[in-house]
Amino acid sequence: MSKLVRFAADILYPVVLIFGLYIVAHGHITPGGGFQGGAVIATGVALVIVAYSYKEVIGWIGKGGLMAREVIGLMGFIGVALFAFLFGMPFFYNYLAGQGGLFGVPVAFGPNPGELNTGGTVPLMNFAVGIEVWGGLSLVILYLLSGLIEKKDQEEEGS
Amino acid sequence: MRKAVTAIVLIALLITLVAMILPLTFGSPLMSDMDDYFIRFGQEQTGNNNECTAVVFDYRGFDTIGESTVLFTAVIGTGLMFRRLFGGEEVEDE
Repeated sequence: MSKLVRFAADILYPVVLIFGLYIVAHGHITPGGGFQGGAVIATGVALVIVAYSYKEVIGWIGKGGLMAREVIGLMGFIGVALFAFLFGMPFFYNYLAGQGGLFGVPVAFGPNPGELNTGGTVPLMNFAVGIEVWGGLSLVILYLLSGLIEKKDQEEEGS
Repeated sequence: MRKAVTAIVLIALLITLVAMILPLTFGSPLMSDMDDYFIRFGQEQTGNNNECTAVVFDYRGFDTIGESTVLFTAVIGTGLMFRRLFGGEEVEDE
């Protein structure tokens, strides 16, 4: 793409990344969550892929890192849910809520502005799912674009 | 002839739908036991101010595992389709 698009993508990519991480981190207070925030971050990756050429971007991002991110996200999500067995609780029990500490500040009943240090296991699961969706959707975009570019090359060779 | 029949059927379906929707009153569901339970005990049990996230990640977390697995399987399927163009190294063995 042209220099203007590249400049705009350079500026917008960190902003999109921070906005997606904000949506992931505030999933238990404001509308949003892991899936939505991960989709926003994947949109930023797609923006960079559109602005630059595919062969440059595949060198910067690396497919191994995206695959590892996807697997680590899913394993972390299931691991946080499995951790409840150590406390003698059923699967997916929220063992951190209301216990004090980093994620366990008790919440008052009724409408209130909310605090970041609440939610128990839900913020951890939000982060895990956000990382998984980030890797998964970016990987799907890269896969589809690889097919598109290869076809174009073949057509140019044939003609 | 076919266009006229299609138009008549579509208009009849539209009138039926509107006639079914009009008597409904929005905002007052028949069964509200589950909603009342979530609204009353959700903040105290899960510590979430956002009840949607509380339901999706806590009360109904097993469903979210299914969602994550569906996404994982979709990525694996896409990679299987495009492995010749994307990877390169593993394909040489075939």
